Amino acid sequence: MTRTLSLAAAALAACLIAWTAVPAAAQDALPPAPYAYRELDDSRQEAAARALMHDLRCVTCQGQSIADSDAPMAGDMRHFVRTRIAAGQNAEEVRGWLEQRYGDYISYRPSFGRATWPLFVLPVLLGLIALVIILRRVGGTRSAVQ
Amino acid sequence: MNRLWLYLPLAVFFLLLGFAAYQLSQPKDEFVRSAMIGQPLPNFTLPAAMPGGQGVSASDFADGQPRLLNFWASWCLPCVAEAPHLDTLRDEGATIIGIAIRDRPEDIARFIGQHGNPYAAIASDDISAVQLALGSSGLPETFVIDGRGVVRYQHIGDVRAEHVPVLLAELRKAAR
Repeated sequence: MTRTLSLAAAALAACLIAWTAVPAAAQDALPPAPYAYRELDDSRQEAAARALMHDLRCVTCQGQSIADSDAPMAGDMRHFVRTRIAAGQNAEEVRGWLEQRYGDYISYRPSFGRATWPLFVLPVLLGLIALVIILRRVGGTRSAVQ
Repeated sequence: MNRLWLYLPLAVFFLLLGFAAYQLSQPKDEFVRSAMIGQPLPNFTLPAAMPGGQGVSASDFADGQPRLLNFWASWCLPCVAEAPHLDTLRDEGATIIGIAIRDRPEDIARFIGQHGNPYAAIASDDISAVQLALGSSGLPETFVIDGRGVVRYQHIGDVRAEHVPVLLAELRKAAR
């Protein structure tokens, strides 16, 4: 029993070492881009940049936003967003610039388009159908009571 | 007849379930592809990656000759696997411009010393600025740029032996 346990522990340790060693080997040697981790001095601009960063997909780690990722490219994208906002662009201009290059997929905010319109229209339609059914039911019971 | 209607929501539910199960079983395209295919190269000027080398700017590409634009880095492991195939491409007549991402001159020199230099020029991009401008999603990545400076093709990931003829064909297509 103890032998199995220690074997399992050794296997787990080996997995952990392998898991931590691989990304370390694939890291660059340069320090992060200036504004990858540094906040903008203007707190309003920083808030706008941060809101946008939570809304942009990291292209090398697609499940995460660039605000949540430590990937070097996500750092470079944060630097890009902050410098553009600091230069006076608004969040929509920066988002538009990236969408022009990567397509809609770069943004987590769903856009109304040829492929996505059912997402917006169907809930309204289903709600209307439900309303009609409820009204008819309620109306039906009332007339039955009367 | 009326009874059958009651099963409609259930049928719709199973239809959606089946659709989801089918989609889960399909291989997913893991890449974020560039939307810049068919667009002119965005304007950029990058410094040489090593002392004595030459820098790269977007206007270099508009001289009538199609080229490969290769994003790589000495710290990128798949770039090692890709190196011999870039050599093959160069030997077959392709002109390859390299952009080293977040890299140091001494590391670039060491990489080239070990794995060969297929590049006509290597520039360095320390903040992935040109990568973002081109809609590139990682390293390594290779674009075909035609002689008018228009982006024609994107290859995501390392170039393997089977991709060499594809890239050569895309270069020929871009030369037309």
